[in-house]
Amino acid sequence: MPKLIFNENKIDNMESFLKICPFGALSCENGRVVASAACKMCKLCVKNGPEGAAVFSEEEKISVDKSLWSGIAVYADHENGKIHPVTYELIGKARELASKTGQKVYCLIIGDNIEAAAEELRHYNADEIYVYDRPELKNYLSDIYTAVFEDFINSVKPCAVLVGATAEGRELAPRVAARFRTGLTADCTILDMDKNTDLIQIRPAFGGNIMAQIITPNNRPQLATVRYKVMNAPERQETASGRIINCSIKQEQLLTKTKLLTSQPKASVKTIENAEIIVAAGRGVKSKDDIEMLRSFAELLGGELACTRPLVEAGWFDARHQIGLSGRTVRPKLIIACGISGAVQFTAGMNNSDCIIAINKDEKAPIFKTANFCVIGDIYDILPKMIQKLKNSERS
Amino acid sequence: MRITVCIKQVPDTNKVEVDPVTGVLKRSGVDSKMNPYDLYAVETAMRLKEQSGGSVCVITMGPPQAEAVIKEAYSLGADTGVLLTDRAFAGADVLATSRAISAGIKKSGDFDLIICGKQSTDGDTAQVGPEISEWLNIPSVTNVKSITSFDETSITVERETPSSVETLRLEFPCLISVDKDIYIPRLPSYLRKKATADREILRLGINDLEDSDEKHYGLNGSPTQVQRIFPPESNSTREIWTGDGQQLSEKIIGKLKELKFVREVK
Repeated sequence: MPKLIFNENKIDNMESFLKICPFGALSCENGRVVASAACKMCKLCVKNGPEGAAVFSEEEKISVDKSLWSGIAVYADHENGKIHPVTYELIGKARELASKTGQKVYCLIIGDNIEAAAEELRHYNADEIYVYDRPELKNYLSDIYTAVFEDFINSVKPCAVLVGATAEGRELAPRVAARFRTGLTADCTILDMDKNTDLIQIRPAFGGNIMAQIITPNNRPQLATVRYKVMNAPERQETASGRIINCSIKQEQLLTKTKLLTSQPKASVKTIENAEIIVAAGRGVKSKDDIEMLRSFAELLGGELACTRPLVEAGWFDARHQIGLSGRTVRPKLIIACGISGAVQFTAGMNNSDCIIAINKDEKAPIFKTANFCVIGDIYDILPKMIQKLKNSERS
Repeated sequence: MRITVCIKQVPDTNKVEVDPVTGVLKRSGVDSKMNPYDLYAVETAMRLKEQSGGSVCVITMGPPQAEAVIKEAYSLGADTGVLLTDRAFAGADVLATSRAISAGIKKSGDFDLIICGKQSTDGDTAQVGPEISEWLNIPSVTNVKSITSFDETSITVERETPSSVETLRLEFPCLISVDKDIYIPRLPSYLRKKATADREILRLGINDLEDSDEKHYGLNGSPTQVQRIFPPESNSTREIWTGDGQQLSEKIIGKLKELKFVREVK
């Protein structure tokens, strides 16, 4: 078993050695160094302690025969046959990993009356599409979907399985991983594959300030979830190519202790707090009518429109749309600040956004201290041109 | 209703930095408070107990000092607490963690309902709950936003998906992961804190579990291995763009495409 062995005679300064552990797991008892249950096996004591003070010892683990597991499978997330676009992104990624290692790409789709959806999947360059189409599978229920997934893995034996980190995928993937006593890495941002078919999974750890590279070297299949819009979607191909394989499953495997009583479509409540893209308007907007220009820009980007405090005070916006200390705090993936000077009361409500683009005529505007991309120009010049370009590309 | 709530002690801050040169974590990673999402799970358990009677047991895995979160749960009204602590549990990934917790739950008695918070603030995976249900072979549902009703044999909950609200009935025993804001968590009671100061905590080590094979827990029982940690690419990009409206609009659109906010049209 892997463990840490401490050689106290190699430690000159015990106090500073114990402090190496960021988790406070090391202590010294009767002259012996002990790692408590707080140890996360990060091995920093091995790396940063005096040479030989801490040694990581590992016996050979019993490894699976990796040659028995081949192919990269993607779980096709869909709602009543409407495929979630993360599926295509994962198929694209799977294809990239598969061509590196000479494997096939598989797709798994589960549901009722999903012929059309399965047919659509054929246009994204998967080799084989496994379809479990039955009335009992109409609605996603974790226990029976896990059973179907198990059946698929047992018959296909893929070396890796990629699942979209949707509400459904985040519940299904862990159940499947636990059933196969294998590893699962959530919300990967980068995926790669070693020649030996080990999936190299990179994800943010500890709240996003550190990246961790994770592998599942002794187990198969290897499971990973990936959020929507992290990977690139491949283009849809005119000619369908994937082979459809209709699968059957025994009735007794579809027993469930969960019952879906009702399912009501939700009126989509859009708030600026949960928007991924925000277009924010500031005092650079000259009249109330000009807001329409920003609104159509926001709509073309699939984002929400927000504003600074003066625009709420002017009565142009409802207070729910105000960003800042006296308004809402937002953390979108993208915010485009249009004609906003960038008072600290405003930037405090948005400076954690992933990407900040600011457009302002005044090159001395304080917003440019916060922005990643500082566009020095007039919104009345730039926005109409961008709107036109976005409309053109929508049409094509 | 016999309810078990899974809780976790997490670091007080998630501000972690890595020294890019030495690769050393620049923080004190000592766990110190209850995972905020677990407060909603404890609150849900307390509300159900108030309506149905029964008991609330909290369970956690961690170093000996993790007993602090059990005491905190006592001051919120939990009746009993289980602390899984053993060096053999250290370095556990999701699979080994869920295996140990499910073994601890089995050991601590029968239950009708297990409640988990949405996710932890340090691991952020939201996977331990569903994996526990798999080890225990019970139904599970995540993203629970409200409890509709319950009876002797089942519980009915509302689950939120991006496009719909589903009402599901699960037979006991089962596991639910509750969303933030299902209820407003109560504040710890000082009187209860005093009254429960000496209440016992059941401490379980690996030898107390039905399966005490060291290969199944901690780092040994973890299929995933962290190969390395490294600081993310700095996001402190700052570029200044000038030009005429045409150039600037093209530049912005190009950047939006590069960052995948706008679909590339070929």
